[in-house]
Amino acid sequence: MSGGLGAFVSDLTSGAISVVDLTHTLRPDFPRITLPAEFAPSAPFRIEEVAHYDARGPAWYWNNFSCGEHTGTHFDAPAHWISGRNLPNATTDTIPAENFVGPACVIDCREEAASDADFLLTRERVLAWEAAHGAIPPRAWVLMHTGWAGKANDPVAFQNFSDDGQHTPGPDANCITFLIEKRDILGFGTETIGTDAGQGANLTPPYPAHYALHGANRYGLQCLANLDQLPATGALLVAAPLKIRRGSGSPARVLAFVPSMTPQRSR
Amino acid sequence: MAEFTADPTGRKILVTDATTPVGASVVRAMCAAGAEIVWAGRAEPWGVIPHFDDAVALPQAEVVPLDVTDGDSVISLAGRIGGRTDIVINTSEYMRPPAVLAGAGVETARIQMEVAFLGLMRLAQAFGPALAARAQEGKAHALGWVNILSINALASAPGLSSISAVHAAAHSYAEAMRAQFRKSGLKVVNLFPGPIDDDWSRQTIPPKVSPAALAGAVVDALRSGVEDVFPDPVARDWYARWREDPAAFARDIAAASA
Repeated sequence: MSGGLGAFVSDLTSGAISVVDLTHTLRPDFPRITLPAEFAPSAPFRIEEVAHYDARGPAWYWNNFSCGEHTGTHFDAPAHWISGRNLPNATTDTIPAENFVGPACVIDCREEAASDADFLLTRERVLAWEAAHGAIPPRAWVLMHTGWAGKANDPVAFQNFSDDGQHTPGPDANCITFLIEKRDILGFGTETIGTDAGQGANLTPPYPAHYALHGANRYGLQCLANLDQLPATGALLVAAPLKIRRGSGSPARVLAFVPSMTPQRSR
Repeated sequence: MAEFTADPTGRKILVTDATTPVGASVVRAMCAAGAEIVWAGRAEPWGVIPHFDDAVALPQAEVVPLDVTDGDSVISLAGRIGGRTDIVINTSEYMRPPAVLAGAGVETARIQMEVAFLGLMRLAQAFGPALAARAQEGKAHALGWVNILSINALASAPGLSSISAVHAAAHSYAEAMRAQFRKSGLKVVNLFPGPIDDDWSRQTIPPKVSPAALAGAVVDALRSGVEDVFPDPVARDWYARWREDPAAFARDIAAASA
């Protein structure tokens, strides 16, 4: 093996590096982004058989599927938000491929999110995490681990609407600005349906993660699964959207390479 | 006379979407009319919908998951209750207000088509055969199928071009359903209301038919055996003028909206 990948490949083969799938299954009843009814909705995932070894196609099975770009476990490109609309390389077809790969820093917020659905990740909380795990390296994915993926089979709990809107955790504006400006992150990922908190519309600016990340040509990942299988640091994330022309995002198969002998993670 | 009327009293009834004001009103009207069970369809289970919660709190009402845009959801529910359903009332729709400057886009028309036309087709294919097979089955036979369309199924309205086209498609399909069910004795009742007094029609000047009055018209239609129902003054006026001279009526409508 030339080019320095030999050790990596042999670790993969031997199982010293394992591959963790951070992706939910695309299915019609997976919770979808719900906007106030006056805005046009994103289409949910739908699938219909074309043929199933039958009269419609005797030797083959295949389906048609349809969905909005922001469905299931998905990637947000900068052009998704108005703050990123004039940036170069800001759509799924033009983002440099190297930006789909980066180290993952996993911030465990499960306790806070369990006791407060509106929990906001702050700069101070990130600094406390860094005191335990070291500084977030440049061009890293920062993943907010809330345990929300465990609610994916209970759409009501996952969406968590009450009469004043949605209640799910996310970052506050200072936190996301700090991560972009001081830590030069590649992107921010969540287990919830948005990179912003459910009440993110009421923050300043509204939807700070969308506004700041995409305005700085950074990316978002949503509806991640299996973050409990990642170490706080040391995993390598691969998150590639479909190459849709002028796409604002896309469902993604998000994978993490994880050293198998990772010591138990602490907060 | 059993084959000519379809009294909801003592019957098991599916209301396909009980989350709209009309759907919730139909649930209430069927309960008031003495239905034994009213299955109240709800597509996405999250979110707070007060008029829905009130309607399904009635003792005969039972919430069932049903998303007419998802074939698997329709088949799942048909598998569960299709063999016991006596009346299907298709209230599924996707209404948006008339556009002022630009027409609704293809994205909105596509949802409307998915709900009001393809949704009807999915429902008919999943529930229709069992209903037709049970239409002659002793005392507790299946009775009928109700589609709430709109007067725009016959006469397209400026500003509502997309939903008019979708209701025209649904009407055409419903006519075919009626023809195919006729031999079995299963009735197909189509309602063609004028503007409905809900949040999406705030910009429409009265008269508008209230969801409760429309739901009452469904009960009346089932009891009386009328198959094509024009339940309010606007609908009756439009229908009369359209029948007399469709081209002249189209010109009148265009002039009135100019």
